[in-house]
Amino acid sequence: MRVTFTVNGRRETADDVWEGESLLYVLRERVGLPGSKNACEQGECGSCTVYLDGTPVCACLVAAGQAEGREVRTVEGLADGDRLDPVQEAFVECGAVQCGFCTPGLVVQAHDLIERVEQPSDAEIREALAGNLCRCTGYEKILDAVRLAAARKAAAS
Amino acid sequence: MSATPVRAPRDIAAPGTGGVGDSPLRPDGTLKVKGEFAYSSDLWIDGMLWGATLRSPHPRARIVSIDVAEALAHPGVAAVLTHEDVPGRKHFGLDHTWDQPVLAFDEVRHQGEPIALVAADHPETARRAMEKIRIEYEVLEPLTDARRAAFDPAYPQVQPRGNLARHQPVRVGDVEAAKARAEVVVSGEYRVGIQDQAFLGPESGLAVPAEDGGVDLYVATQWMHNDLKQIAPCLGLPEEKIRMTLSGVGGAFGGREDLSMQIHAAMLALRTGRPVKIVYNRYESFFGHVHRHPAEMRYEYGATRDGKILYADVEILLDGGAYTSATMNVVGNAASLGVGPYVIPNVRIDAYGVYTNNPPCGAMRGFGAVQACFAYESMMDKLAEACGLDPVTVRQVNAASQGSELATGQVIWAPLPMAEMLQQARELPMPPPLDPADIRNLPGGASQTTHGEGVRRGVGYGVGLKNICFSEGFDDYSTARVRLEVVGGEAVALVHTAAAEVGQGLVTLEAQIARTELGVERVVIHPADNQVGDAGSSSASRQSYMTGGAVMTACRAVRERVFALAAARLGRPLDTLGELSLTGGKVVSESAGVLASIEDVLGDSVVEETREYHHEPTTGMDPVTGRGDSHTQLALCVHRAVVDVDVELGLVKVVELAAVQDVGKVLNRLSLEGQIHGGTAQGLGLAVMEEIVVADGKVRNPSFTDYLIPTILDMPPMRLEILENADPRAPYGLRGAGEPPTLSSTPAIVAAIRDATGLALTRVPVRPEHITGSS
Repeated sequence: MRVTFTVNGRRETADDVWEGESLLYVLRERVGLPGSKNACEQGECGSCTVYLDGTPVCACLVAAGQAEGREVRTVEGLADGDRLDPVQEAFVECGAVQCGFCTPGLVVQAHDLIERVEQPSDAEIREALAGNLCRCTGYEKILDAVRLAAARKAAAS
Repeated sequence: MSATPVRAPRDIAAPGTGGVGDSPLRPDGTLKVKGEFAYSSDLWIDGMLWGATLRSPHPRARIVSIDVAEALAHPGVAAVLTHEDVPGRKHFGLDHTWDQPVLAFDEVRHQGEPIALVAADHPETARRAMEKIRIEYEVLEPLTDARRAAFDPAYPQVQPRGNLARHQPVRVGDVEAAKARAEVVVSGEYRVGIQDQAFLGPESGLAVPAEDGGVDLYVATQWMHNDLKQIAPCLGLPEEKIRMTLSGVGGAFGGREDLSMQIHAAMLALRTGRPVKIVYNRYESFFGHVHRHPAEMRYEYGATRDGKILYADVEILLDGGAYTSATMNVVGNAASLGVGPYVIPNVRIDAYGVYTNNPPCGAMRGFGAVQACFAYESMMDKLAEACGLDPVTVRQVNAASQGSELATGQVIWAPLPMAEMLQQARELPMPPPLDPADIRNLPGGASQTTHGEGVRRGVGYGVGLKNICFSEGFDDYSTARVRLEVVGGEAVALVHTAAAEVGQGLVTLEAQIARTELGVERVVIHPADNQVGDAGSSSASRQSYMTGGAVMTACRAVRERVFALAAARLGRPLDTLGELSLTGGKVVSESAGVLASIEDVLGDSVVEETREYHHEPTTGMDPVTGRGDSHTQLALCVHRAVVDVDVELGLVKVVELAAVQDVGKVLNRLSLEGQIHGGTAQGLGLAVMEEIVVADGKVRNPSFTDYLIPTILDMPPMRLEILENADPRAPYGLRGAGEPPTLSSTPAIVAAIRDATGLALTRVPVRPEHITGSS
């Protein structure tokens, strides 16, 4: 089948898509956006988190056909050219990135959190990121990064 | 030699200006947050095929026949391969024991053992074709009893080598005589379940056939050169025809020390003449790598009434599964570190590693020391109770320190301020008491299982001692190539090693070392590949020490040549220039000040040096007594855990974890803290949640739905106290840091749960039913 959708502001068409393919597979293997990660492919780890019409979803749980005509924003669509999004910047600065495989999903999820909540408490950060597994960091530096990104965003607005 | 894939690894400029001791940003950090870092599963090349692996559903069965004809005829399939298609040696393995078939023949010995390979135009095509491979099995009763495998000569053999992989005794003093003198005797039986590394980036990679009949491999591994030693003979190719490049590694933790898809993808690429990519999914990953050895441990300690241990009588039984993998060395660690950092005059330890048809086990962070640590720390708490001492005091009474002898007779010659570290852990401020106002702070959290009723708080301590670098006489070394040249008017250092960056931050450290040693700001990290010498494995917490040491040594060799160039340029003999250094981009003489800029000295010259770095040699362990200086460095971490336990439902909330760790020298505080945090988290996982559940040799929970690793809700805030008592033999005085916290956090948490509940809790992970008594 053919699937047409918008990703990071660009219209993309994928041909010969097998009906069983996920949005994650189409992003990674058909439109050249492997930033969203394939850690569990069963909706448990959050590493494939993307915005679908503005709502964070696990791209591995979305059938490719369900993306037809819709708007997807991936981790590759957060930075403005070379200028990192404040969440991305804070993740690098705070040491929230080790192997980095969970990072794209966490960055998208944290981006959504601080869009919705101006100065999230630690409990709110933990709750918002509870669906994103990280095996390297023990999450301390991730908390640091989200706090920093939220503070900078609040200071800038 | 062949086409280069899209997103192949490339040179990365290290950002910032920080040297050793600073915390500059990761060179790969920006790529990683933008989703542009090329992991091994992200590779793509025109015309590539997808490889898939057919695995045994049975833990033990005879293979009667394999018929691939129907699968081969499936549209879109380019190749179907079995053991008959392995071009060279049919077996591979870590270390010297090559007992693992590339593809199974005659018999399968564990669930998930690879039997056949398919290459097809789409992963789904490959999956459907695999369903058409006809295998006739004669299913056999799996051999799953590790104790019988160790001690019952009548137990059938798992594989031709017999069922005992290694028995390593340790003998000191006279345990029987000491038994007569003991005033207090405590004993316990402890078990550790199978833990999975659960790295997030699945096993994956790309094999590209080359014009010279060889293959280019882009893979995620911990030790490229050891991979190559196994891959080349199995492919029947000389090593120089296999070019390996490290692709992005999504975590490792020991699970990438063994080969997974490397030979398979290469076989398919060589057969089809097309690039082949293999990516495991999570289910397959649980069968695609070895796990942490499960252990059964029997301990008996005798002591004086005031808590001084007189003897330890210990048996440690480790189940390695069907193939050897790292079992030999895991047994060596369990034996040599079997009673941990305590001075005990009479010791009898027997550590065994056996073969069974249970899931295969090998390297995982902590490597044999984790299992023993849970047992010996549980014993210390038991001894404290029997002697009426508090848990910190009993540990201090028996603590090793600089100059002490381990059970193997090895003298701890570097600083080991264990008693002081325990004191420091004890004196740290306690977290505030339970706050039932926010239900998210309680055991069970937002599930609203309690409002504070039935919740009890507990505090526990754990100490872990881990060997750093390879032990038991292994010739452990790393290699670095460093090039200094002027690019765009500025001196740039290029660092090239084969060492695997697996997330730990080695690439950051390499740049820091180059800056400190060469006095330049700009450093470029070349992708790790096998075009430079062996770096050894990214395991045993050894890369800061070994590859850090190699980069340091190569930089110093480059520096000497720059000094010689400076002397030539100044037209003066080198020995008249005084003590020289490279600082702030200049060649500086201690006596005469700045002599010239590095750029002016270099001109068009390219200075390149390659050096190996070896640590102090170690010895083997005596096969009868275990005596020997088998470790080159030992590192200690102390944990204090505070928990709240809902004793009615058996739910545990870890409230705080505090760690005191001696790292010798802080090279990069940000990375270091991340290692301690992450190591602590994996120890928490083993304490209260993580276990591969096995029944009759079959894994019952191969998914992240059923195998639980800590989330951000499970991890409490952490408090770190980092000490810097230098190890004078190590580069910059450093101590490896990644593993020790993985040892000590597990027993600390379990001790805290015991403190809250009064239960014995002799097995990890502790499950709710162990607390409620409903199991």
